[in-house]
Amino acid sequence: MSGGQGAGALAAAVGVADRTDRTAAPAPLGDRGRPRRRSPGRWRLGDAVVPVFAALAFLYLLVPIAYTVAFSFNDAGRTNLVWRGFTLENWANPCGAPAVCEAFVNSLQVGAIATVASTVLGTLVALALVRYRFRGRTLANLLIFLPMSTPEVVLGAALLAQFLSLRINPGFGTVVVSHIMFCISFVVVTVKARVASLDPRLEEAAADLYASSWQAFWRVTFPLLVPGILAAALLAFSLSFDDFIITNFNSGSFTTFPKFVYVSATRGIPAQANVIGSAMFGLALALVVAVQVVSAARRRRRT
Amino acid sequence: MSIVSALGHGQGGGGTSPAVAAPRRRARGGAYLLLAPGIAYLGLFFVIPVVALLVTSLYVPVPGGEVGQFAPAFEWRNYTAALATYWPQLVRSFAYAFVATVAALAIGYPMAYVIAVRARGRPFLQGLLLVLVIAPFFTSFILRTIAWKQILADESFVVSAIRAVGLLPPDGRLTATGFAVVAGLTYNFLPFMTLPIYANLERLDPRMLEAGADLYADGPTTFRRVTLPLSLPGVVSGTLLTFIPASGDFVNSVLLGNTSTTMIGQVVDSRFFKVSDYPTAAALSVVLMVAILVLVIAYVRRAGTEELL
Repeated sequence: MSGGQGAGALAAAVGVADRTDRTAAPAPLGDRGRPRRRSPGRWRLGDAVVPVFAALAFLYLLVPIAYTVAFSFNDAGRTNLVWRGFTLENWANPCGAPAVCEAFVNSLQVGAIATVASTVLGTLVALALVRYRFRGRTLANLLIFLPMSTPEVVLGAALLAQFLSLRINPGFGTVVVSHIMFCISFVVVTVKARVASLDPRLEEAAADLYASSWQAFWRVTFPLLVPGILAAALLAFSLSFDDFIITNFNSGSFTTFPKFVYVSATRGIPAQANVIGSAMFGLALALVVAVQVVSAARRRRRT
Repeated sequence: MSIVSALGHGQGGGGTSPAVAAPRRRARGGAYLLLAPGIAYLGLFFVIPVVALLVTSLYVPVPGGEVGQFAPAFEWRNYTAALATYWPQLVRSFAYAFVATVAALAIGYPMAYVIAVRARGRPFLQGLLLVLVIAPFFTSFILRTIAWKQILADESFVVSAIRAVGLLPPDGRLTATGFAVVAGLTYNFLPFMTLPIYANLERLDPRMLEAGADLYADGPTTFRRVTLPLSLPGVVSGTLLTFIPASGDFVNSVLLGNTSTTMIGQVVDSRFFKVSDYPTAAALSVVLMVAILVLVIAYVRRAGTEELL
């Protein structure tokens, strides 16, 4: 897990950070305005190969998701391995396997706390890094970069080594602490991109209008940062919610949703786990589509 | 700092514009105030744990003590012993991660290219394709890996079909093989490869491509001489984002592999939990972290100073 651009790209892709003011290049010009100088017919085959290949790649990406969704409707009983017939029972009764629900609620709680804490801490760091020049800036940048370039298994082992030496019992608290830690860097990178894209003339204009720097920040800069901060929070939540390796090291007997699924994989996963996975997927999809639709509408209004 | 700037590459000009965007009239104290909580947190829960890991890696067992009891020491031979025993797993981890990264690049680059360049000017299609790339983030990756396990299972529909076509011998299997592990790694980190390349290509100025065409370059030449070099920062980020987590992963090798596909993350995990051999687990973690840092720095240097192709 590590992220720089991935984080920024994810943020941009979610669409919360609207793309229009980041892309100064005349992107909308598109294909139509471009003179095509290449001889017709010559690269037709090549033109088709890339999209067909990409379509296969998308298929590869989506097959296991389709499988997961399909098996959420399986009349599975105890082990959800073979298709036994269609049922809505799992969806009607998602807490039919109580352990699944408990683990899910645990994951939501951890995710909520980790998201809020890491978003606050990370946003402050991002503001400092972009808006100030100060001694130790490179060091701070390095400290933000290192957790992202360290494999999860090392982060997990390191934290556990510390908790063990302090004789702290792993559980809910240690999981939250570890999630905040690995989310901070991703928040910093995402918010930094947004802060850096702001036009400094906006704050200067506010100053020209006799706003104090405090007023200028809260009335001008902060509202412009909100989309970036929201994107960072969404990223932090999805990282926390899906984390397994670090959680596995630092959770003791506390169970999160991914840990539950992993542990029960040998015995067979109840279909309710697929229901929760599919529901999260549907929810996220709806959210992303809604944001896309809204920002498309906004783009249309602006032009 | 080249590694740091590699991450910042092309995020809305994150690498270049701060010089312009940052008004420098504020007092420096403000910066430290903003930094303090976050940096202190990382100090407490990243720097100190890594130091604790280093210290633990040098511990020795308490003579006559129970399993899992260790005393502070400076036993560097923990490292040589750990490497002597587990070098195959370490080498395998990097080999698998490397193959998975190359495969993810081969699959992810065309995806990113189609979304960013071919779908340019068609916001709906672009949005839809992007959603499909991000979609896997929202279904638990363990669930998806288990889905692969079942799709590739011996008696599954897919495997029977492959056998019927003759691509696989009648008794050949896909599950519990190195191939399945690499395929799983490739699959799980594909979005991390695709998104940075997309973010990079999306900012590609179409006038650059026109210029290529104006100079009588055909499609492939324009791609090779213009698009590809300009997208290298995205490729660098993408390969790092894929290689680093893939080399430390053990979920794929546990769920999709067998006893001869064990990766280093799995060893660290089992040394910690199954046998409470903390020094060996810590020593292997340190080796993994240092090896990755060295590789990353070397790679970014190379990518930064000369063209990769």
